[in-house]
Amino acid sequence: MFGRKYSALSVAWHATTGNRYLTPVWRDPEPRDRYDVVVIGGGGHGLATAYYLAKEHGAKSVAVLERAWIGFGNAGRNTTIIRSNYLLPGNLPFYEWSMKLWESLEGELNYNAMVSQRGVLNLYHSDPQRDAFARRGNAMRLHGVDAELLDRNQLQKFAPFLNFDDARFPIQGGLLQRRGGTARHDAVVWGYARAADGSGVDIIQRCEVTGIRTEAGRVVGVETSRGFIRAPKVGIAVAGNSSRLAAMVGLRLPIETHVIQGFVTEPVKPLIPGVITFGAGHFYISQSDKGGLVFGGDLDGYNSYASRGNLPTAEDVCEGGIAILPLIGRIRVLRIWGGMMDMTMDGSPIIDRAPIKGLYLNAGWCYGGFKATPASGWCFAHLIARDELHPVAAHYRLDRFATGHLIDENGRGAQPNLH
Amino acid sequence: MGRLRIYARQPSRTTSRALVPHDRMPLVAHRNARHSYSSNPYGRIRQSGRCRVIANQAYRLPEVGAIDRSRSLTFMFDGRAYGGFAGDTLTSALIANGVRLIGRSFKYHRPRGIFTSGPEEPNALVELGAGARREPNTKATTIELFDGLVAASQNRWPSLRIDLGAINSLLAPFIGAGFYYKTLMWPASFWETIYEPLIRRSAGLGRAAEGPDPDNYEKAHAFCDLLVIGSGPAGLMSALIGARAGARVILCEEDFAIGGRLLAEKHEIDGQEGRVWAAQTEARLTELQNVRIFRRTSVFGVYDGGTYGALERVTDHLRESTPHQARQRLWKIVARHVVLATGAVERHIVFGGNDKPGVMLASAARTYVNRFAALPGRHIAIFTCCDDGWKTAADFATAGATVVAVIDVRREISRAFARVAERIGARLVTGGRVVGTRGGRSLRSIDVIGADGQAVRFEVDCLGVSGGWNPTIDLTCHHGSKPRWSDDQHAYIADKLPPGLSIAGAAAGALSLPAALLSGAKVGHEAIHTLGFIARFPDLPRTDEDPARLNPFWHVRGSRGKAFVDLQNDVTVTDIEIAFREGFRSVEHLKRYTTLGMGTDQGKAGNVSGYAIMADLTGSSITVTGTTIYRPPHVPIAISAFAGHHRGKNFRPTRLTPSHRWAAEHGAIFVETGPWLRAQYFPKFGETDWLTTISREVTAVRTAVGVCDVSTLGKIEIQGTDAGTFLDRIYINTFSTLLPGKTRYGVMLREDGLVMDDGTTARLAADRYVMSTTTANAGLIMQHLEFCHQVLWPTLDVQLASISETWAQFSVAGPCSRATLAKLVDPPFNIANERFPHLSVASLTVCGGVPARLFRLSFSGELAYELAVPANYGDGVIRVIMSAGAEFGIEPYGTEALGVMRIEKGHVAGNEITGQMTARDLGLGRLMSTKKDFIGRRMAERIAFHDPNRPCVVGFRPTNRSARLQAGAHFVPCGAAPTAANDEGFMSSVAFSPSLGHWIGRGFLQRGPERIGGRVRAYDPVRATDVEVEICNPVFIDPEGGRLRA
Ligand SMILES: Cc1cc2nc3c(=O)[nH]c(=O)nc-3n(C[C@H](O)[C@H](O)[C@H](O)COP(=O)(O)OP(=O)(O)OC[C@H]3O[C@@H](n4cnc5c(N)ncnc54)[C@H](O)[C@@H]3O)c2cc1C
Repeated sequence: MFGRKYSALSVAWHATTGNRYLTPVWRDPEPRDRYDVVVIGGGGHGLATAYYLAKEHGAKSVAVLERAWIGFGNAGRNTTIIRSNYLLPGNLPFYEWSMKLWESLEGELNYNAMVSQRGVLNLYHSDPQRDAFARRGNAMRLHGVDAELLDRNQLQKFAPFLNFDDARFPIQGGLLQRRGGTARHDAVVWGYARAADGSGVDIIQRCEVTGIRTEAGRVVGVETSRGFIRAPKVGIAVAGNSSRLAAMVGLRLPIETHVIQGFVTEPVKPLIPGVITFGAGHFYISQSDKGGLVFGGDLDGYNSYASRGNLPTAEDVCEGGIAILPLIGRIRVLRIWGGMMDMTMDGSPIIDRAPIKGLYLNAGWCYGGFKATPASGWCFAHLIARDELHPVAAHYRLDRFATGHLIDENGRGAQPNLH
Repeated sequence: MGRLRIYARQPSRTTSRALVPHDRMPLVAHRNARHSYSSNPYGRIRQSGRCRVIANQAYRLPEVGAIDRSRSLTFMFDGRAYGGFAGDTLTSALIANGVRLIGRSFKYHRPRGIFTSGPEEPNALVELGAGARREPNTKATTIELFDGLVAASQNRWPSLRIDLGAINSLLAPFIGAGFYYKTLMWPASFWETIYEPLIRRSAGLGRAAEGPDPDNYEKAHAFCDLLVIGSGPAGLMSALIGARAGARVILCEEDFAIGGRLLAEKHEIDGQEGRVWAAQTEARLTELQNVRIFRRTSVFGVYDGGTYGALERVTDHLRESTPHQARQRLWKIVARHVVLATGAVERHIVFGGNDKPGVMLASAARTYVNRFAALPGRHIAIFTCCDDGWKTAADFATAGATVVAVIDVRREISRAFARVAERIGARLVTGGRVVGTRGGRSLRSIDVIGADGQAVRFEVDCLGVSGGWNPTIDLTCHHGSKPRWSDDQHAYIADKLPPGLSIAGAAAGALSLPAALLSGAKVGHEAIHTLGFIARFPDLPRTDEDPARLNPFWHVRGSRGKAFVDLQNDVTVTDIEIAFREGFRSVEHLKRYTTLGMGTDQGKAGNVSGYAIMADLTGSSITVTGTTIYRPPHVPIAISAFAGHHRGKNFRPTRLTPSHRWAAEHGAIFVETGPWLRAQYFPKFGETDWLTTISREVTAVRTAVGVCDVSTLGKIEIQGTDAGTFLDRIYINTFSTLLPGKTRYGVMLREDGLVMDDGTTARLAADRYVMSTTTANAGLIMQHLEFCHQVLWPTLDVQLASISETWAQFSVAGPCSRATLAKLVDPPFNIANERFPHLSVASLTVCGGVPARLFRLSFSGELAYELAVPANYGDGVIRVIMSAGAEFGIEPYGTEALGVMRIEKGHVAGNEITGQMTARDLGLGRLMSTKKDFIGRRMAERIAFHDPNRPCVVGFRPTNRSARLQAGAHFVPCGAAPTAANDEGFMSSVAFSPSLGHWIGRGFLQRGPERIGGRVRAYDPVRATDVEVEICNPVFIDPEGGRLRA
């Protein structure tokens, strides 16, 4: 009666008809023999790519292949922070474009992804750190991104619950991006899936890509657990598994896979309004709408595909939490999980052609690719459809490690576990 | 029934915890309890000790149980006082007092009672304690009762009885699973301003503590051969075998008593009560030196390398911990082998109205009766699909309660059970279903349909539900494997086990007591053999038969009212149906769409039922459906416990310089620089702002002499015949040609060709150098050198030692520095300029025999020295330097003046070595040797590094000399719009130069060196400044270097 469109009325109608007429949010089709484009990876990036391919570029025959369930990877494991408070000109236009897409996402997808711009705050503890944040804030402003530098007094008003009394690294102020915030990660996945499906994209779950077939230096399709699927264009968007997929065509990426842990506590009444980042202590936190404190910190530090971490990092992260928020001490951690991070040598992503014709790479998102989801899909779709880099992602080239056009936000160099 | 009043023991020391009833005492369930017999002999408890307790405990049973009736305790719940006994949990005490209504559910704010007797509790959550000690969401079932305990219900407003949030229940059809994804989007701006704040406020269960956690937390390590997790019959058997074989055994039990289910059942072992057998076994174990028993200790995580995380609740059960005692202790237990004997948790059956206070797990109901002598109801019915439910019926009857009915979903039951029903006078409904419940804030009756379709209503105040058992196997999944469904055991059982872990007892599906004992013995025996111990297979204790047949039954179709699968998150069967219809059929999607299992019980109470119901809907077997991934921690753990001592000022170690005490005595203001606390400046009486102080310090150095502690710089001693070669490969410039007795400034790159660090390195002898690094990079560079030596060039004859902490080092700078130091150096050392010119180094003694190293180095641009002495002489030597310099007007100076002078002099500093700069960017390109190879040389050739447009270092001064500069400002051409396209670089450091009388700065500007003399805007919108600056040479003071050679 209401078609697929969600509205207050349609919800009411389903409620009064006992939900009998609800239909799957996305179909569960059998894979076809061939598609024009196959996108590997049903995370946020893969789904967004498929959606924009169909929506912006009129692609008619697109499949997303997901080895497990959509959103089963990092898209459903991250700590949901969205922001565009970057420093470098290679990053700023891209993340700001992503932020703009977030800001209109609900209307675009007709799905409430709970994009919530409650602010992202980065704390500083010393004069040099303040100046570094000023530099970053000014870069943001030059790119038309909102940024405010708060001094201690302003910060005390904004976040009175921080440890202003006996912090080991005294809190002196912060860089605030009010437009930053969080989004509901699963809803982003489902929203893109629903919209992509509605535009004719086949989302194929439990379909693992086991090989990429090439002929004469071009891609002809992918081998999967559900058979061979022919496609002249194949996009890889598998985050922590990027090096494994690239290895299928003998490609070694400038990527190492690391584990990072995420934490959520038991739900409590509202305590922390936005996102707070304590860089000096490797800790960041926000509170979900359900009430759980969602936080995280450093990588575990060793290469791993295991999707789980160890105790020392968990302790370290919690130390960082108590250091700036002593009042969260008695709140209990409910769940700790791990995700596989595709860490590049400069900490920035790659959206580029692979050296094999028809093969495209979307990788290297490190622990910060959730916020990139809309723009990553947008730019990757552009690249696949037109075979040219999108201007806002023009710096995310694979050859930048050879040319030295690095995009190293924090200057850690080619040591992925330090980014 | 009259109001109760308890006169609590008034503690002699504190008043804050005194039990004074609130003015506004919310009504509790007493009023509502329909079966309160004040004739109960335990309705009145005699006065005990100093404490005059009048408590009714109307539901307390005489004689039975493992509570200590000689120790009565008082506690408060929702502002009202009650009595209980040592050995009670909060829930058992509340049950004994007839309290039914404990909390409200998450979403619909439905009245909720006590559902379980353990950590799987979804309903009875309370705020425990008050103020800064308030602990929200605490499972009342796990709270060991203590005298003076204060707890309150949560997530209700205005009160537990009357909660306006319950209106959500009416909206339920509209706010089922996933509703928010489909609505609340219009208009978009309403999300942050209206919808979300509303959702946030109504979500969230309890309130966090009001202030910083006042308690202490500890960390500890333990090592053992055999770790046994769980002290039920299986765990005890394993522990016993390990212990007798001489293995180092650790037994962890999360309860405060040893025995597991033995505490709750009426089993006999070797002719005595199971509980007594457990106590005797505990005593036997305790006697052995090689056994440690950790009670109140939850093993919460299985990590790599046989490491297990465990949390010991050290003082949570005490009214007050002693001042330095830890509240909780986080153990890291490294075990060679582990026996997991964590038992099983009963599952419920889902039917309409299954959440009413009074509906509880049958096993929990009998735990309350048998262990705690607390009667959850006087008129009980049992709803079961397995033999186990019958135990509860029997135990209730024995305890003197009326068992109104037993509803067994099985059409055929053993004759023995039929006889039981007859004996206890219970109506037996085979092939029956509970299809509805009645009662507001507590259960009044249940509606049952028999096999024949006949409806019956039973008036009951308690319904025990028994749906079979789920083995507690979460820990086996922490390495990533998923459990597997067993059609034999009708449960998820462990599949792939983490290395070195085996599983016994009910956790392994051995549900009956004889089976559990046998399993514990077998698994323990095998484990101990694999560890290389020799143990005889033990005689098994004699026990009674213990039937455990099960006919899995998940959900009563067509029952009336909301049927809850996950009680805490209010996930109903309808929600699972919605998820099914909308395609959220994989368990991961189901969980995320409906929030099934995401509550504080971590899905222990409802998950499996949810999966089964979904399996039913999809028509696939539960085997295919599978489970979500179990993650640590197995039970929720306080953030404080993970953090331990690392909080407040102890978050990270604080390093103090050798002259710290002296500086403090002289009024220094200290600043955190990395781990160090350094003197920032030394204000004098009457100086009101830092600029005055710093300018005075700078002027003192430029005109007389100053002293500064520079010990924080990294110092690395490099020895060996190849030391020179080694350094040539490390630095971009050459050090093998440096003459002994000389120092040289050097720059090193990372492998990627960007600048890593800079500093001076001195050659003390042909095979001996001492390198200095920046303060921030001291550790990193040591690591880097070790890597280079050990991995890249292991054949070089080089030895490295970090001596950063071995030496105190003072910079003595200014025209009078030589005269000052001349008074310190011991003869025959000659400090005269000709004998000890700029960039010299020498080992010598000072102050009459103190070994020292003297470097002639200048950071300030003045004639200057750095004097190093063994660190423990640091305090003494700074005092001597100060008195030696007094006649010249010596002043101590801090990091600020140091910074000002290095900017004036044009030196690179730490905050410019951002890891993004080439040597050329920093104005150091000419140091790059072309004659040798060094780390980073090849990568530094990359094309982007030679882009002439890269911003390079230059100096700046405000065109209007009175203007102030800001580091972090960006450079924009004068007259151009401040846009990204016009961004030409940034200001890296600024200072007010007392020598020049205006602000100066350094920064990175595109084609900077070519543009000296030109102008540019320093644009700083985040601080609302915008200053025109002149581009100039970055060396502001004495560019010829005459002063430092003087
Ligand atoms: C703990 C944690 C916290 C994080 N916090 C944030 C944050 O706050 N903000 C932020 O911006 N980012 C954050 N991130 C990073 C972010 O989640 C990722 O960068 C981003 O989700 C990656 O893109 P994706 O969604 O496409 O990846 P994924 O969701 O991982 O998608 C990749 C998909 O590819 C599938 N796949 C893999 N191999 C194959 C194959 N052979 N065949 C078929 N399919 C395959 C996987 O199953 C997976 O579903 C965090 C990550 C973690 C783990």
